[in-house]
Amino acid sequence: MRRFLAIRIAQSLLAMLAISVIAFGMTHLSGSPVDSMLPEDAGPEEAAQLTRELGLDRPIHVQYFKFLGRVLSGNMGDSIMSPGASALGVVMDRMPATLLLGGFAIIVSTIIAIPIGVLTAVYRDTAFDAAGKIIALLGQAAPPFWLGIVLIWVFGVTLDWFPTSGRGGFSHFVLPAIAMGWFQVAALMRITRSSMLEVLDSEYIKLARVKGVPESRIIWVHALRNAAIAPLTYFGVIAGIILTGSVVIETVFVWPGAGQLAVEAIRARDFPVVQAVVLTFAAVFILANLLVDTLYAYVDPRIRYR
Amino acid sequence: MPLGDTILQVENLQTHIDTKMGLVKAVDGVSFSLRRGETLGIVGESGSGKSMTALSILRLVPRPAARIVGGRVMLNGEDLLSYDAERMRRVRGRAISMVLQDPQTSLNPVYSIGGQITEAIANQQRKLPRLELLKRAVAALKTVHVAAPEQRVRDYPHQLSGGMKQRVVAAIANSCEPQILIADEPTTALDATIQAQYLRLLKEIQQESGLSIIFITHDFGIVANMCDHVAVMYGGRVVEYGPVRAIFNSPAHPYTRALLSSVPAVDRTVDRLYSIPGQPPMLWDLPRGCRFAPRCEWADSRCHQEYPPTVPSLDAGQAAHTASCWKLEDIGLENVRC
Repeated sequence: MRRFLAIRIAQSLLAMLAISVIAFGMTHLSGSPVDSMLPEDAGPEEAAQLTRELGLDRPIHVQYFKFLGRVLSGNMGDSIMSPGASALGVVMDRMPATLLLGGFAIIVSTIIAIPIGVLTAVYRDTAFDAAGKIIALLGQAAPPFWLGIVLIWVFGVTLDWFPTSGRGGFSHFVLPAIAMGWFQVAALMRITRSSMLEVLDSEYIKLARVKGVPESRIIWVHALRNAAIAPLTYFGVIAGIILTGSVVIETVFVWPGAGQLAVEAIRARDFPVVQAVVLTFAAVFILANLLVDTLYAYVDPRIRYR
Repeated sequence: MPLGDTILQVENLQTHIDTKMGLVKAVDGVSFSLRRGETLGIVGESGSGKSMTALSILRLVPRPAARIVGGRVMLNGEDLLSYDAERMRRVRGRAISMVLQDPQTSLNPVYSIGGQITEAIANQQRKLPRLELLKRAVAALKTVHVAAPEQRVRDYPHQLSGGMKQRVVAAIANSCEPQILIADEPTTALDATIQAQYLRLLKEIQQESGLSIIFITHDFGIVANMCDHVAVMYGGRVVEYGPVRAIFNSPAHPYTRALLSSVPAVDRTVDRLYSIPGQPPMLWDLPRGCRFAPRCEWADSRCHQEYPPTVPSLDAGQAAHTASCWKLEDIGLENVRC
């Protein structure tokens, strides 16, 4: 188990390093910033001088390691659109709102999706199973930005049950969490269902019945722990979908999170902030996957002892 | 060990399965009885209804496609088919337990084997403390000759060999000291040496506890080794039943005779092994008369029209040797090809 964890942590650090290369490379793809930073009447000597000052005349790998050193010390440059604030600071101010909404959406989707997925497998080919299929189909077919607008229109404007925008009490979470989570509910439900169907058909479930184990224990203890491996893997994917989805959902619901910040920063050509959002999202995504892999090893001893 | 009283009496058991091809009468009026300490072999090809008979006794037929539609399963004088679900659950593992075919997949991969052994015990005796359960698990592993059981209880199935897993399955089946053990081809997945060890182990357990065993197999070698009585199944019915000696020495039913002829013998050299002509019947489209008639060299028009009654075999000295065939007298008792 310790060996497994050590390997996975090393892999995560490597992935983080690769992402820093991409983030660094992307700013260089957009060309030299020197021309846009100089006044229009500046000559070639001034351009050469600024290039030297910014270190842009040094070899590319030297520039990368300087960048990496800055990132590791938490310095990602200053924000352009909010002068005086560090790019990372701006992002960190907004991250809690994003993580809270995303976390809420994931937890609620899980609480809804796993039991329904299990029960649709147990009661397969019944009306309950059919209803589950319809929920899943709708969730997977409706794009979140469209769903968000419809939810605002129906439950925010027409029925006036929930606030349509901003961050406040619990009621503010409901609509954006549904818009974000429905797709996850659908996906998780289907994965759980098919995984459960396979497990329920296995010999060891048959043996549990032969042993006289109560049916509820067979389903929720014997079968679910085995069937949990597939949906668990999917949580890593969900983390990515929720983070990228936050860009859309936070814009639709005017949610003051890092996703909305990313859109603002791109509009304002605030590259340090965009870079900080990308790196932070990447770190969260990699961390989430590390957590999933650890849980995975906890659930399945075959992974633990490899 | 002399055989005791009858503990299980299966009468006219019928189990039907709905399939895409139509209704399959997988178990079509099977009757037999089992006495204390007896080993009954159920022999037949794949699809003859052996496994479905076993699952029907435990009322674990795959639902909703399959259902038991008739008959009685009398355990110590009480009909299991009349039990409610909860009462039936308490019969499983305790009075009747079962060993499944494939040891590689019959243990739950995510729980320790100790946990899987104690679960069966804990099911029956709720109040046992953890330490006592663990002791019982170690004891159960000892009875099946697993080395270093104190360490093994903490292992997971993937850390054990195939033969070891099958022993653990036997330990689970035996953990609540059942009266009846149903073994559904428990050795097909094991190699010959391990198989022999395993069969010896089952016999040992039987001698210690007076267990009755229903042994489902298609291996006549195992039958000769293990069984007191044999029921030969074909097309969902028992076509011949009798003491193991009688079945081997004077098989009555043409199907039994054909099966025995197709067993290879070590003391003879043959160019080709005998094989029964034709195919096993399609279960959703069984012949009207004797199910074996289309493949039987003795069959006449009556065989194709009417199912034969179950009659005593010609070696009437052997009590309880019966067969379902119209042609017993024509066939006579002359030895089979083997």
